[in-house]
Amino acid sequence: MALTLPYAITLEVGSSLENKTGDWRTERPIYLDRLPPCNIECPAGENIQAWLGLSQEGKYQEAWEEILHNNPLPAVHGRVCYHPCEDGCNRKQMENPVSIHAIERFLGDEALKNNWTIPKAADTGKSVLVVGAGPGGISAAYHLCKMGHKVTVVDSKPAVGGMLRYGIPSYRLPRDVLDSEVAHIEKMGVTFKFNTRIDNLAASIKDGGYDAAFLAIGAHVGRSVEIPNDGSVKIIEAVKFLSDMETEDKKPELGKKVAVYGGGNTAIDCVRTAVRLGADSVNLIYRRDRKNMPAHDFEVVEALEENVNLNELRTIKEMKDGKLTLDIMELNAEGWPESTGKTETIEADTVLYALGQLVDASLFNDCTGIDVEKDGVTNVNDQFMTGMDGVFAGGDMIPSARTVTTAVGHGKKAARYINAYLKGEAYTPAEKHETASFDKLNTWYYEDEDMREQPVLDLKKRTTTFEEVLGDLDEATAKYEATRCMSCGNCFECDNCYTVCPDNAIIKLGRGNRFEINYDYCKGCGMCVEECPCGSMLMEPEEL
Amino acid sequence: MSTELKPGFCQTGDLTAGNRLQSIDVVSVQSQEDRANSLTSGHRACQGCGEALGARMAIDKVMELSKNKVHVVNATGCLEVFTTPFPETSWNVPWLHSLFGNAPAVATGVQAALKAKGMEDVTVIAQGGDGSTVDIGFGCLSGMFERNDDVLYICYDNEAYMNTGVQRSGATPPTARTATTPLSGPHPGNNFGQGKNVPKIAMAHGIGYVATATIANVRDLEAKVAKAMSMKGARYLHIHVPCPLGWGSLPKDTIKLARLAVESGLYPLFEGEHGVITGVTKIRKKVPVDEYLKLQRRFTHLFKKGADTDDLAGVQAIADAHIKYYGLLDDGDK
Amino acid sequence: MLKQVEGSIGVAEAIGLCRPDLVCAYPITPQTHIVEGLADMVRKGKIKSNCQYINVESEFAALSVCIGSSATGVRSYTATSSQGLLFMAEAVYNAAGMRLPIVMTIGNRAIGGPINIWNDQSDSMSMRDAGWIQIHAETNQEAGDLHIQAFKIAEQLSIPVMVCVDGFLLTHAYEQIESSTQEQVDEFLPPFKPMQALDCDNPMSMGAMVGPEAFMEVRALNIAHFDNAIEPIQKISEEFEKIFGRKAGGLYEHYNSEDADTVVVSLGSVNGTVKDIIDEYKKDNVSIGSFKIGCYRPFPGKQIVEQLKHAKRIIVVEKDIFAGVGGCLANDMTVAFKDTDVKIYSVIGGLGGRPIFKKSLIKILDRGMKDELEDLSFIDLDQSLVEREITREDLFMTKAV
Ligand SMILES: Cc1cc2nc3c(=O)[nH]c(=O)nc-3n(C[C@H](O)[C@H](O)[C@H](O)COP(=O)(O)OP(=O)(O)OC[C@H]3O[C@@H](n4cnc5c(N)ncnc54)[C@H](O)[C@@H]3O)c2cc1C
Ligand SMILES: Cc1ncc(C[n+]2csc(CCOP(=O)(O)OP(=O)(O)O)c2C)c(N)n1
Ligand code: SF4
Ligand code: SF4
Ligand code: SF4
Ligand code: SF4
Ligand SMILES: [Mg+2]
Repeated sequence: MALTLPYAITLEVGSSLENKTGDWRTERPIYLDRLPPCNIECPAGENIQAWLGLSQEGKYQEAWEEILHNNPLPAVHGRVCYHPCEDGCNRKQMENPVSIHAIERFLGDEALKNNWTIPKAADTGKSVLVVGAGPGGISAAYHLCKMGHKVTVVDSKPAVGGMLRYGIPSYRLPRDVLDSEVAHIEKMGVTFKFNTRIDNLAASIKDGGYDAAFLAIGAHVGRSVEIPNDGSVKIIEAVKFLSDMETEDKKPELGKKVAVYGGGNTAIDCVRTAVRLGADSVNLIYRRDRKNMPAHDFEVVEALEENVNLNELRTIKEMKDGKLTLDIMELNAEGWPESTGKTETIEADTVLYALGQLVDASLFNDCTGIDVEKDGVTNVNDQFMTGMDGVFAGGDMIPSARTVTTAVGHGKKAARYINAYLKGEAYTPAEKHETASFDKLNTWYYEDEDMREQPVLDLKKRTTTFEEVLGDLDEATAKYEATRCMSCGNCFECDNCYTVCPDNAIIKLGRGNRFEINYDYCKGCGMCVEECPCGSMLMEPEEL
Repeated sequence: MSTELKPGFCQTGDLTAGNRLQSIDVVSVQSQEDRANSLTSGHRACQGCGEALGARMAIDKVMELSKNKVHVVNATGCLEVFTTPFPETSWNVPWLHSLFGNAPAVATGVQAALKAKGMEDVTVIAQGGDGSTVDIGFGCLSGMFERNDDVLYICYDNEAYMNTGVQRSGATPPTARTATTPLSGPHPGNNFGQGKNVPKIAMAHGIGYVATATIANVRDLEAKVAKAMSMKGARYLHIHVPCPLGWGSLPKDTIKLARLAVESGLYPLFEGEHGVITGVTKIRKKVPVDEYLKLQRRFTHLFKKGADTDDLAGVQAIADAHIKYYGLLDDGDK
Repeated sequence: MLKQVEGSIGVAEAIGLCRPDLVCAYPITPQTHIVEGLADMVRKGKIKSNCQYINVESEFAALSVCIGSSATGVRSYTATSSQGLLFMAEAVYNAAGMRLPIVMTIGNRAIGGPINIWNDQSDSMSMRDAGWIQIHAETNQEAGDLHIQAFKIAEQLSIPVMVCVDGFLLTHAYEQIESSTQEQVDEFLPPFKPMQALDCDNPMSMGAMVGPEAFMEVRALNIAHFDNAIEPIQKISEEFEKIFGRKAGGLYEHYNSEDADTVVVSLGSVNGTVKDIIDEYKKDNVSIGSFKIGCYRPFPGKQIVEQLKHAKRIIVVEKDIFAGVGGCLANDMTVAFKDTDVKIYSVIGGLGGRPIFKKSLIKILDRGMKDELEDLSFIDLDQSLVEREITREDLFMTKAV
């Protein structure tokens, strides 16, 4: 030290930097990215936190691109995905979850409005056959195309979408949204062939000279049940009914009194469609109680709002004289319905059976090695390959939760394995980070702010037209809602760690560049970790 | 469900020090990479020392607003000892230590000298611990107030004489164990006195600005520094700074404790001008005092089997009285 | 120009001419008239600087304010007496340790208890080792002049200076004083350039804590600086004489003592009385002189020995006494003369304002010259009363037990 100042009693500013307090430490703080529960729950494997973060900054195109890493159909998903992400959302434990789907929808719509596109890789010279133009097939086709493969999608139906079009009613998913979003994929170079049913898969692959195939043929065969019927009540299978809704010349006739048998989402779509078709009375008949309905409760609520009668704990005993005799049930100790012996009757012109679907696996006729269950469900290995080399499958036809998003997730994952298969490589998914569970957060720092909900069509229009029920979030609201996201497990640059360190041992690298710890001075107090709102830091024992 | 959009909303509002979504003008100085670091690394404060943090927060803000023109006078105490043991100082500002009990008077002198030199644009800060402020230096403090000298006094309240090994001060809360209020006798720990609320005493002097602040709310703290800086004359800022060593708390809990002190009502955040309270920071999520006390070994006797429940109730009563007096709860959630 | 003024006012005016930037004091008799005078001058703008007069709540604060202002680089002044000096004790040491060139007047007064407002020098003596230079005024003329020198000494050396002025005897006495002009003072006393100061452009930490690894050196350094002040103090008084044309200050002053057998040594105004006595003795050709010590701290022991080693005896007359020590000056003299054959007698008088009558002192000096004095004697002490009381109080104490 240069002695320019009176000895000892006066000191040169900042000279304590000589004193490296880092050796006081027994634990060291580190930065890490934890996996937010929303991401974990998303069947399509979206990095939700990341695109919400970009949306918070108003970087919508980047946000959309982030979604498109995993899911080519955000406008569709923003409308029909059951958003399990929101069930996982940590914010749910505070007031209510982030309305992830509504923001996703906003981003998807922005992309359509602005014709945003995704670049694809150079042509690999490989070609892949995709059977089924439902979400599973679309997803696989998109990813494979992006990877540079030539993709042909064939479907027996006249138009794209699978259950997106032939199951989900248009008041939930306007067809122009579906078509526009798929048009983008088509523009990327995917070839779609409609009204083409594959009956002999092996031959089709061979004839088409495909290097691999991905199947997502869904489950389209309605499950039936034997109920005595004097013929006075018309019976239609739900999936057929909904599919026919899409075909101008097959528009179904239901009569004025409609009953729907079943308690799943399909049943709900049927009752709500029946309402819109002008039925006077619509009865939903379900053998267990509302709590146990497989349909999402928000869907049940929507149906009830639209004047559907819910007949819970009922089974149809017989159909006679345009009337249904309903067996009144009660739940036994295990939660299963048992007849009480009592009955009641209701009137019905038509009963729609919404009792689940089976897979029509007949296209495997000429294939070998395929492992098909009784109900047509086809088994695949952990790489989504069926028992036949180069034939992969996903979506409703394999054992899984039957949702659009699951199918899209399968399509993505299968595409990655197919890509590896085509290149003769092995694909190993990146290791998952530990979960940013609620207990990892310091929620004090989040403002209390309720979810901003989407506008809802007025009831009159809901019961008389097929107009879309749920509306858009406007840009400001979408951004606002995105900003409710707590960025679980991923630093969102709140500067707390930097601020609370009493030893100035955290270096701020500038906005967008996060932080670094200066272990020369960090005493290991742990305050930074404790006060990180989002659980993006951790104390680790110091190696002594 | 509200549909109104709060302007400038971000998930953490002003609860965090900064936020990448907020403009640089609204975030705290502490959150910015070019903050002054008036108190730099290498100091010898204990792990998780609230006082070291509070001092940096307050003075950095002064540095920003004064364009780095500040003179600091520091009373004897932890803050002085851990920052300037020969041959190293952690200060990056002109800084002067004289004695335990005279910081306000020394600051008066510094200020008068600046005036003589025509350099009144330099902000003079006097600072000390609760011991120097509410006890030994109280006479000088009151004199400085009474004269309305152009000095910003900052008290870092860690509720005891920490530097000498945690003895009781006039700011030590009732029931707290210190080295001179041991856990013996029928009412262990510090006695229930009348308390010595220096912020209120400062207000009684009618000085321009008085505020209480906490390291758990840096934006509030900085706003108060800024408010103080917008005025001339004597100003007083009382900052609550938990002390892991003296309180027997975990170093990582320092901010949390500061927060709980506010949320329990034990440490009310308010500000006043010319003797009149002009604002309080409302309690956001009220907690019983237990939540705050239980994290500190100096209070563990309150929760032992056979403890006199009046003691705990007495502490809660203090919090309740604050809540009532200052109106710390939003109407409705009372 | 000669003026008939009260000593305090003379001092105040001299200080005013030094253009202090800050005067901060707390009233205590007999210092009051000085600071009142300064307060008035500041109000009337008579001081040619941006001088501020700051009223504070205690002497501790007064000196602390000076510590702050001096550390910020402006000329700072305070004054006190007695209890006031004790009340600021902690700051007295601190200012010296920080090497702040503050000038402080001590209107010398007894320290209690019992409380007593009258003159002796036990107050400044109680702080004799605090690291402040202490210079004593004999007359009101010198009192003023010493303050002018004090600022120069302090600032040149970065050591605080106490100017000791006997309470009442000087502070409240009206005398003819030749006042100085602003031009003279300005020529003599350059503007204050601090050795170091708080400065935004050149920040530093002042008043650091020093541990065992360096404290010894810091102390030794401080003492060395202090001891080195002796020469400059003398030089500055010579410079003063050149500019002002009169003598004041310096280390010491002979009065017929250059070759006297008996030398009376004292501090401050009592020298006047002693000189009168010497004049009388002179008529009788008695070999006795007086030797005034002007600079008491640092104690110019070597120089004094050099000047007085010819003497047979030195009679130290002083107005202080300390438990276990006796008279401080006598003590210092004894130490200084330990290697000589000069006999040192200690005479204590004037405590708590008791007048030192010439005839009482003469009696003592007469006995001294015959070497009939005790090592320690008192002027006009009712010894029998003291002895009586010792017995009575002893009894009382025994009963109490
Ligand atoms: C009424 C209804 C509503 C639903 N609502 C939702 C919802 O809101 N959210 C949600 O997440 N999930 C919903 N689902 C489930 C979801 O639609 C399916 O899980 C999803 O569509 C499955 O996708 P997939 O690609 O596997 O099959 P699908 O969507 O069923 O597509 C399969 C496609 O393959 C074609 N195909 C079949 N066999 C052949 C063949 N041999 N040759 C050529 N083409 C063939 C079909 O024509 C069809 O287009 C709903 C299902 C139904 C029935
Ligand atoms: C006149 C005097 N008395 C006592 C002390 C011893 N002393 C130094 S610091 C201190 C306590 C400081 O307490 P506080 O002001 O609360 O500051 P803290 O150390 O708690 O931050 C004491 C008693 C001293 N230095 N000077
Ligand atoms: S708050 Fe955000 S990051 Fe956390 S779970 Fe919800 S959506 Fe995901
Ligand atoms: S707050 Fe600072 S000192 Fe404490 S652990 Fe974090 S980086 Fe280290
Ligand atoms: S405290 Fe804030 S800035 Fe630091 S890691 Fe956590 S989120 Fe990022
Ligand atoms: S004793 Fe307390 S105030 Fe002092 S350095 Fe340690 S934590 Fe800080
Ligand atoms: Mg303290």
